[in-house]
Amino acid sequence: MKKVVVVLLVFLMAGAAVFAAGQRETVDEKVVTVFGAFVDEEARRFEEAIRPFTDATGIEVRYEGSSEFETLISVRVEGGNPPDIAALPQPGLMQNFAQQGHLVPMWNSLEQLVDSNYAPVWKDLGSEGGTPYGVFHRVNAKSFVWYPKKAWDAAGYEIPTTWDELEALMDQMVANGHTPWAIGIESGGATGWPGTDWVEDVMLRTAGPEVYQQWIDNEIPFNHPAVKEAFEIVGDIWFNDDYVYGGRNYILTTSFGDSPRPLFEDPPRAMMHRQGNFVTTFFPDRIQDNLEQEVGVFPLPSINPEWGIPVLGGGDQFVVFNDTPEVRQFMEFLATWESGKLWAQAGGALFPYLDQDLDAYPNEIERSLAEALVNAEVFGFDASDLMPGQVGAGSFWTGIVDWVNGRNLDTVLNTIQRSWP
Amino acid sequence: MSEQDTSASSGGIGGRAVVTLGRILISIFIPFVAFVVLWGGFIFLRDTNAPQGIIASVAIIWGVGGVALLFWVADWVVNRLPLQTAKKLQPFVFVGPALVILGWYLFIPALRSLYLSFFDARSQAFVGLQNYVFAFTDPKMLESFVNNLMWIVLGTGGAVGFGLIIALLADRSRFEKFFKALVFLPMAISFVGAGVIWRFVYAYKPPMEEQIGLLNAMVTFFGGEPQAWFTMQPWNNIFLIVILVWLQTGYAMVIISAALKGIPSSIIEAGRIDGATEMKIIIRIIIPSIFSTLVTVATTIIIISLKIFDIVFTMTNGNYGTEVIASMQYKQMFRFLHYGRGSAIAMVLVIAVIPVMWYNLRQFSKREGF
Repeated sequence: MKKVVVVLLVFLMAGAAVFAAGQRETVDEKVVTVFGAFVDEEARRFEEAIRPFTDATGIEVRYEGSSEFETLISVRVEGGNPPDIAALPQPGLMQNFAQQGHLVPMWNSLEQLVDSNYAPVWKDLGSEGGTPYGVFHRVNAKSFVWYPKKAWDAAGYEIPTTWDELEALMDQMVANGHTPWAIGIESGGATGWPGTDWVEDVMLRTAGPEVYQQWIDNEIPFNHPAVKEAFEIVGDIWFNDDYVYGGRNYILTTSFGDSPRPLFEDPPRAMMHRQGNFVTTFFPDRIQDNLEQEVGVFPLPSINPEWGIPVLGGGDQFVVFNDTPEVRQFMEFLATWESGKLWAQAGGALFPYLDQDLDAYPNEIERSLAEALVNAEVFGFDASDLMPGQVGAGSFWTGIVDWVNGRNLDTVLNTIQRSWP
Repeated sequence: MSEQDTSASSGGIGGRAVVTLGRILISIFIPFVAFVVLWGGFIFLRDTNAPQGIIASVAIIWGVGGVALLFWVADWVVNRLPLQTAKKLQPFVFVGPALVILGWYLFIPALRSLYLSFFDARSQAFVGLQNYVFAFTDPKMLESFVNNLMWIVLGTGGAVGFGLIIALLADRSRFEKFFKALVFLPMAISFVGAGVIWRFVYAYKPPMEEQIGLLNAMVTFFGGEPQAWFTMQPWNNIFLIVILVWLQTGYAMVIISAALKGIPSSIIEAGRIDGATEMKIIIRIIIPSIFSTLVTVATTIIIISLKIFDIVFTMTNGNYGTEVIASMQYKQMFRFLHYGRGSAIAMVLVIAVIPVMWYNLRQFSKREGF
């Protein structure tokens, strides 16, 4: 019995100590928690970019990134444990959370900032049911073609401004014994997405923004002639073994990050690579160090002159789950160029702010990309990110893979259409 | 007299009542204290901002100590009851916690999955059997059923077949231990790890580049064209199954080998004296003697191949026609966030595994292991 009492006393004391320890931890710190999908180097650059905010206000911003973001954010929100702010890569996620009433709508002062500092398209992308929620920060633009500058200069190639010129250029390259394109769509669980970007880019150029939007909303079916035409134009390039380095097998099995490497062999094994602004971080180090001398870039040419040169892109939008004064301050900071400047200087990121100082970008290439982004007449948000997950992160990706692996295009398009929820 | 008697006896009764009451109170008080301590630990762990190190050590002490405390208190309470009752309750003190934990972490979630499988993507509207209709009609699902069947037949057949052959051969070798260790080695590698290793075996580069994949390096060395193995339908499924066989042969071999040692040598010698060939001895004597072992090994590997996920997920992600049931479940649940379909596919998988599991357990119970 004595032993029992002793043991119990020990436990009671331990318990009391635990309570006491718990009590001491209730000091109020000014903290804003942010949860997002970017990790590693990008997360580090984000933290660096927002340091001026902490310096000025004393509010600590704790950023947490996860490559399983899309799954975790839903689990956390449904579990009643959302972060103060989340950076959502897909507008669809924002719409879900907004419909479920988890998000705090933009307050007046923030909305005014967004109205004055962004093109209207960004506010629309951040709105659900007419209520604005999301603030865009870092964005990307994908309609760009990269080429090895020195080899181009040596061969005397000129930048095409129309699709006909592009086709003529490809034939000229083949005649010279060059391979025009290096393409890779492998990306682990997301294999196929670079292919969806190609189709979307062509779709914006052939069908225009309105049909593009109808396609996203499934107001026209996935096997509609306009969609099929876009696939066929892409296929004319992809499935011509003279045009693509390594043919279908290379497209299927090469990871998107490795796929531009043939451009930088000596001599280059391929002459062009179509990818977003972020691809520069995948270039070999010696190329990255001399980006302006080694690499050239031009926007994917126009097909139908009516639509000019559209820009396809995407971006993370920051939305608010917990309304506190600190969170409000931070969101208003994110809507200003101040929050992007340091990241722009570090490279690898574009920003949509109207008042941005283009001189901040570290090289001519990123400056021209930012300019193309800000000045684009037609901006199309990545369609696969706007479609329901079943399609945009499912059958569209796998459809591209099956198509490249030899399945008939009509079957592929019908399968995708059937999977629409 | 009678008054005195009653008072004396009532005093005795009263005293005993006080003692009994005291014992009951203590029996209630001690579990209560234990509960408060455990609850306090839980609240602390939930709400604290203390450094990670402190949280970790408190969690360990609270977790391990808590379990010990629970058991000790329960045992103590039961022992204070009358002997007969205590005897009846004692087993539950031992088995109870395991049952509670299994119920909480296995049984309730399974029931919940069953429930969710009748609802839509966000688990809001009842949709009847719609998700099951999807599970049995969607082309990708049908593809994954066929593939899983291929995994079961070839994966199990391969692992058990090679395991048996190697066990038989090693049994007759002077270097038995060495060979068996070699074959058993891959067992130590996780499925994902094996996936990473085999990615390098199957890696593909275009013909004009240097091949970094083992298989393609061999093919090009002998003058062949490099192949993109993952994209070759339907053979790519077999290339993936090879990995499972590579991983599981060691397991099959070790168990079969142990069973081989248990066959009385007198039977085999009798066979030899009667003039049976070695092949006949294997087919007529050895295999029948270890048949129940073979069944156990096979059913275990069948269950593994039914649930196969990691290999497909790391190698092809279900692309190029290699989808399996578990990868479909993951995609529906965590990528498309369709909880209804994900749960329905999970239920289909559970239902497919149950008969095999039941057969497996019956085999165990025959050998009095269960």
